[in-house]
Amino acid sequence: MKSLETHLRALRSTGRKALVPYFVAGLTPDWIQHVEAAVHAGADAVEIGIPFSDPMMDGVVIQGAALRALEAGTTLDSLCAQLLTLSTSVPLIAMTYYNIFHHYGLERSTGKLQSSGVSGAIVPDLPPEEASDWMKASASRDIANIFMVAPSTPPERLGRLARLSEGFCYASARMAVTGKSSESGQGRRVVESIRAVSDIPTYIGIGISTPNQAREACEVSDGVIVGSALVQVILNGGGADDVENFVTSFRRSID
Amino acid sequence: MLFRSERNEVSDSHTFMSAPDERGHFGDFGGRFVPEALMPACLELETAFIDAWRDPSFTTEYRQVLREFAGRPTPVTPLDRLSEQLGIRIFAKREDLAHTGSHKINNVVGQTLLTKRMGKHRVIAETGAGQHGVATATASARLGLECTVYMGEIDTERQALNVFRMELLGATVVPVTSGSRTLKDAVNEAMREWVTCVDDTHYCLGSVMGPHPFPWMVREMQSIIGIEAAQQLKDLGVENLDMVVACVGGGSNAAGVFAGFANAPTRLVGIEAAGGSAVGKGSPGVLHGMKSLLMQDEFGQIEEAYSISAGLDYPGIGPEHAYLARSGRAEYFAIGDSDVIHALQVLSLSEGIIPALETAHAVAWLLQEAGKEIPLGSTVLLNLSGRGDKDVAQVREILRGQR
Repeated sequence: MKSLETHLRALRSTGRKALVPYFVAGLTPDWIQHVEAAVHAGADAVEIGIPFSDPMMDGVVIQGAALRALEAGTTLDSLCAQLLTLSTSVPLIAMTYYNIFHHYGLERSTGKLQSSGVSGAIVPDLPPEEASDWMKASASRDIANIFMVAPSTPPERLGRLARLSEGFCYASARMAVTGKSSESGQGRRVVESIRAVSDIPTYIGIGISTPNQAREACEVSDGVIVGSALVQVILNGGGADDVENFVTSFRRSID
Repeated sequence: MLFRSERNEVSDSHTFMSAPDERGHFGDFGGRFVPEALMPACLELETAFIDAWRDPSFTTEYRQVLREFAGRPTPVTPLDRLSEQLGIRIFAKREDLAHTGSHKINNVVGQTLLTKRMGKHRVIAETGAGQHGVATATASARLGLECTVYMGEIDTERQALNVFRMELLGATVVPVTSGSRTLKDAVNEAMREWVTCVDDTHYCLGSVMGPHPFPWMVREMQSIIGIEAAQQLKDLGVENLDMVVACVGGGSNAAGVFAGFANAPTRLVGIEAAGGSAVGKGSPGVLHGMKSLLMQDEFGQIEEAYSISAGLDYPGIGPEHAYLARSGRAEYFAIGDSDVIHALQVLSLSEGIIPALETAHAVAWLLQEAGKEIPLGSTVLLNLSGRGDKDVAQVREILRGQR
C-alpha cells in the first residue's frame, strides 16, 4: 500500500474527517505561506495544483488563477523547488493535466514529485485505460494515483476505478467542472456506490464552497476537497491570514 | 457507396486509414484522455456510432440526406488554366459547392442523425472560422435539434457574418473569452459545457480530433469526399493520380479525401498554416482528449496558434494525421499568411473559384511547388474544401491595406 493511503486510513481510524484544500502553485509569490497557513488551520493534506494552459476540467476561477501563475513564470521545476521550503509535514497531492507530466517525462516527473515531498497525484484527464505507463512510473516512487468517480460513472467502471485508486477515491459531487455551486449535488450517492465496492477512504469534491456544504458532505464521506472557493479568496487579494480563517471555518464545520 | 468501415472488416490490418484499435489508437496517437465525467458519454457514442454505421437503415438515410439536402455528390472540376500555367494537371474536388459552403456538412449530417438516434435533443459545437458552426446550426435546424455553438471571441469578430448566419438558423452563439479566444479555447469551453449536460446533449465535434471515437467517426463521415473523388477521377479517365493535396487544421477535409487514396500509390499531402503547424513545429502531447502532435513550449504548455484563417488557427492536429505523418504515409508542409491572399486571387482569376482562406493554403502550395515537390506533368487532386464567401470582407481589408 502506498504511504499516502496508509496515512489517510490511519487518519480515518481516529474518527477525524479529512480536510483537503487546493492551491494553485505559483499564484502569488507567497503561495507557500498560504499552504502553511492552511495546514496550521487544520488541513490534513494539501492539493497542489500545477498550472496548465488548457485546464479542461476547471471552471473560470481556477482557469484564471492558472493563467496568472503561468504568467508569473511557474513551472514544474520552480514549484517543486518551492515545495522543498515548506515547513509542514502533511501529505501533498499534485493535481494537474497529463500533458505536463507527459512532456516532462513520466519517470522524471514522478522522481521530481517524490523528491519534493509529493505522495499522491490526481490527473483528471488520464483515465485508467490510458494510465498504465503513468502507474508504472509512479509505482516505484510511492506516488498514489487518485482516480475520480463521477455521478455518470456506471457500476462496472466504478468498481474498476475504486480498485485502482490509491490514497483515496475522489467522488465528484456534480456533473460540472470545478467551481462554486449552490446545489447539494450527488456526492452522497457517489460515495455510497464507492463504499459498496471498496473500503478506500473517499472524499467529496467539485463545488464544495461553504462550510455547510462541507459538513453535509462529511456526513457520508471521509473528507472534503475545497478548491475554487479558496482560490477565489486569494484571487481577491487575501493573504495567509485570510486563508487561515477560511480553512478554520471549514475545520470547525466538519469537526 | 462503400463505407470505409465495411471495407476494413474485409481488408488486412496493414492498410492505412482503417479502424483504430479498440481504445482509439492510431499507432502511438489518439486514445481517450477525458475527465471521468465524460468517459461514459464517449463510450456511449462509440457504441452508438459502430451500431449506426453498420445499420443499413442509418447509412441509407445518411446518404439520402447528403444527396437531397447537402448537394452531394460534389463535382470534380479540371482546373485547366491553372494546370496550363503550372505545368501540372490539377483536378479540384468541389466541397465548396456543398450546402453551407464547405465539407463540414458531411460530418454534421451524420452526427445530427446520430444525435437523434441516441435519443438526445440538443447539440453543442465548437467553431473556428464558423463553417462548422454554420453547418451544425443548419443540420440541427433541419432536425429540430437545439444548438449552441462555442466560438472564440476573436473569431466572432473576424467572422461576424457567420455568427449572424448561425443565429438566423436558430443557434445560440457563445463567445469564448478564455485563453487565446480562438478555436483551441472554444474546444475547451465546449468540453466543459458537455460535462454538465451529457444526458441530453451530443457534442458535435467538427474535426478529426478529440477523444475516441471522434477522430475515427469524423473521418468516416468525411471519407465520402475521397470515395466519390476516386470514382469521379476514374470516370474522367484519370488512371494514375500522383498526389492529393488538402489544407489541414484539425484535418477533417484532408482525412476525408485521403481516405479515398490511402492504399493507392498516391502521395498524400497536407498543408498546415505556418502559425498552426502541429506536424512541422509540434511534438507529441495530450490535449482535448487525444494524444497527438501539438505546438507546445518546453514545459508542456500549449502554444497559441496564429493564422490568417480562423479555421487553421489550431495548435494541434488530428491523431490519425500525426500517425500518417510519423509513419511517412502522408507528408505535411506549411504555408505562411503572406502567400495565401495571392493564392486566393490566382484561383479566383484563373478558374472563377474564390476559395476559403483555409483552402487557399493548399492552392498556395501548388503555386509554390509545381515543378519542385510536384514534378511537372503530375496529376494532382486538390481538395477544394470551402468557398471564400465568408472571407471576402477580411480579404478586402487586407488588400486595401496593401495598396
